[in-house]
Amino acid sequence: MAATDVTSVSEIDELRSQKNIFQKFAELFRKQPLGAVGFAVVIAMIIMAIFANIISPYDPELNDFAAMLVAPGADYWLGTDQFGRDILSRLVYGARTALFVGFAASFVGASCGLVLGVMSAYFGGTFDLIFQRVMDVFMSFPLIIMALAIVSIFGPSTQNVIIAITIPFIPRCARVVRSNALAIREIPYVDAARALGFGHARIILRHMAPNVMAPFLIMLTSFVGQAILTEASLSYLGLGVQEPTPAWGLMLQGGAEEYIESEPWIAIFPGVAISMAVFGFNLFGDSVRDVLDPRLRTQ
Amino acid sequence: MKPSTKLAIALGAGAAFALGAVATASAAPKRGGMLNIVVGSKIPSYDGHRETTFGMIHPIRPFYSLLIRVNPDNPQSTSDFTCDLCESFTKSSDGKTYTFKIRENVKFHDGTPLTSQDIKATMHKLIFPPKGIASSRKAFYGMVESVEATGKYEVTFKLKYATGGFIPALATPFNFVYSKKDLDTHGYKWHMKNINGTGAFTFVQHQPGAFVEGKRYANYHLKGEDGKNKPYLDGYKAISAPKMAIRLQAIRGDRAQIEFRAFPPKARDDLKKALGDKITVQESDWNCVMGFSSNQKLKKFQDVRTRQALSMGLDRWGGSKYLSKIAIVKTVGGTVFPNHKLAAKKEELMQLRGYSTDLAASQAEAKKLLAAAGMSGASVELLNRAVDQPYKVVGTWMLGQWKKLGLKTTQIVLPTGPWYAKFRKKKDQETMIDFNCQGVVNPLIDASKWLSNDIASNNYANYQDRQLDKWYDQMNRTGDEAEAYSIMRKYEKRILHEKAHYAVSFWWYKINPYRSYVKGWNIAPSHYLNQSLDQVWLDK
Repeated sequence: MAATDVTSVSEIDELRSQKNIFQKFAELFRKQPLGAVGFAVVIAMIIMAIFANIISPYDPELNDFAAMLVAPGADYWLGTDQFGRDILSRLVYGARTALFVGFAASFVGASCGLVLGVMSAYFGGTFDLIFQRVMDVFMSFPLIIMALAIVSIFGPSTQNVIIAITIPFIPRCARVVRSNALAIREIPYVDAARALGFGHARIILRHMAPNVMAPFLIMLTSFVGQAILTEASLSYLGLGVQEPTPAWGLMLQGGAEEYIESEPWIAIFPGVAISMAVFGFNLFGDSVRDVLDPRLRTQ
Repeated sequence: MKPSTKLAIALGAGAAFALGAVATASAAPKRGGMLNIVVGSKIPSYDGHRETTFGMIHPIRPFYSLLIRVNPDNPQSTSDFTCDLCESFTKSSDGKTYTFKIRENVKFHDGTPLTSQDIKATMHKLIFPPKGIASSRKAFYGMVESVEATGKYEVTFKLKYATGGFIPALATPFNFVYSKKDLDTHGYKWHMKNINGTGAFTFVQHQPGAFVEGKRYANYHLKGEDGKNKPYLDGYKAISAPKMAIRLQAIRGDRAQIEFRAFPPKARDDLKKALGDKITVQESDWNCVMGFSSNQKLKKFQDVRTRQALSMGLDRWGGSKYLSKIAIVKTVGGTVFPNHKLAAKKEELMQLRGYSTDLAASQAEAKKLLAAAGMSGASVELLNRAVDQPYKVVGTWMLGQWKKLGLKTTQIVLPTGPWYAKFRKKKDQETMIDFNCQGVVNPLIDASKWLSNDIASNNYANYQDRQLDKWYDQMNRTGDEAEAYSIMRKYEKRILHEKAHYAVSFWWYKINPYRSYVKGWNIAPSHYLNQSLDQVWLDK
């Protein structure tokens, strides 16, 4: 009877302690205010990307020479560029490009890094040694240099930009995941799985990989900001997304340089958008790390 | 015929014009000073016979002389040529023999005296190059049968047929005269990496990616207005600056005085606004035509209706009005340099598909043609060059125009090297921004671009049209101006209208703002012309 009472009280306490989603967000905002700002930016970008066709007041690719170089105002909130294209509309659609490239490159790069990093730790020995040296070679090149080289080989296009950004991410994620997976490998349940005759793939994917999710998620979120910045850099250098596709880096190229003095809005707004996006993802990524990293959580 | 006389070349006698060109040599020239030029491209090699880019000719041309050249004081004329290394020349009554008297006492920078043998050796390299030696304008000289040194200071050209295209072709600014001794001793590739000319300046140094420096050649063969040897300048530096913003700021900050290619209208306005009278601007139509070609190797573009529709979708007249505010293009034209005697008049142009002022009707017709060809809503990929002015600006405009026809448009933009490789080697582009940039205005030769692709190496649409080849030959062989005009109209109509092998969008427009104390330079209708710098001086 007493035991039943205790259970009931405990359930009631648990029920009392349960919070709705808004309360949880409020608590998160209180504990991680910068992370919350970052999260808000990320959400805003995602909404812009998904609903671009509803939010955009104009067709982002429509040349309207009657409205070329119009300053920000009632008709064009952020002004127009030298082709008479609405800058706000191009920024909104540009979020779609940035997120598509950012998420695709980050997810694929981090996922490949996760699998390869765990594999390297799991097999160890000569395989690990050789694999890590290969990773060293890739990591010896700065991200932008590596991406530039890859795009130069494959040619500029959206999918090649994703490939170019993905490849440098793989060793970065693999290295971090491996260090965590080395510890996991020593835990008895991995030996138990091996003793039960499970295959390597099953042990790696079902038993080890889920236990290194924390560093994986941290890397993933930090990669998104880097990917957006790299995509913008490549587009600015003319090696990324091409006209007339709206992309923030592309908006900073050509006309923006030419008109920076007399029509500064052409350069300012895409620049602000890139900064905000990278800042937002970095803040969000830092907060994810703070929440998921046990060492930081206990401090 | 006297030296530096205006050559009465039947078809080259186009009307001289100077759009905004200003007289720059009213005061007595002063001597001394260094001219800093900014150049927006790189030097592939020093060999003028091989190269085709202003990236080479702007820094290297001052080291060399030509046999004849466009009159530097009147470069807007399409018929005013003067002797450079020749003293005079004569033409036979049948127009098939030209004899040039060569200047005596001209020396190469290494001290070797110039003789007719040097001219002959140079012309042989240009016109009859051995296998494996590139001569980019060899096709210009199809009319030449032989070049002989008929005296120590006399050279004779024998032609297969009389043509007004010969003298303008000979005045091509890439025809650097080389020393026979160098060609014999070092071979035909030596000039790619070495310089030894008779030009107004001698080579000092080349820091790759940074600058080329030249200093005054004291024994230069041409005299200045003060009776002393030209050039007036002590030297020059051609500074490499691929970014337009850098070139613009260099002139603004007086670290460079001039750029010889062109700036867009906005840059001109900004410079003028900032510096007022310290900046002088010269403007001119430009012997560069921009348009697009569709790759007829691909099934998609073998249907003439598709090609016609793409051309008809372009609002040329409206585009000219607006693009001329943001890009170095302006004049709507056909295949001949605007204002030349062989060029189509506006009424004639308006009869061609895509040149109507009734845009709505044109676009409606274009949509019908696309539907008939099964191309409604199809995707079209445009290959473009990673150069803002005017390539990317015109390309972006073009894509916008095609989108209005309901086409799904994409663009591939490649740096110059891979861009050339794609349509010259792979030949797998769909449509491409296509151009025809020439030096001396010489429509009879310039029109060779549209010959069949087994004749014209710069036919990137990959078609063969023997009717065009036949008309081109007739045009070049006739001595009758009216007949040439008539054939040119048929030639042009077939290219732009009937077969839509090519679509001209606009002719380029050259805008050169520069420091007002730079004197003696006159704008030409080409960024290749008038770069010898011997007549340039600084009013400081």
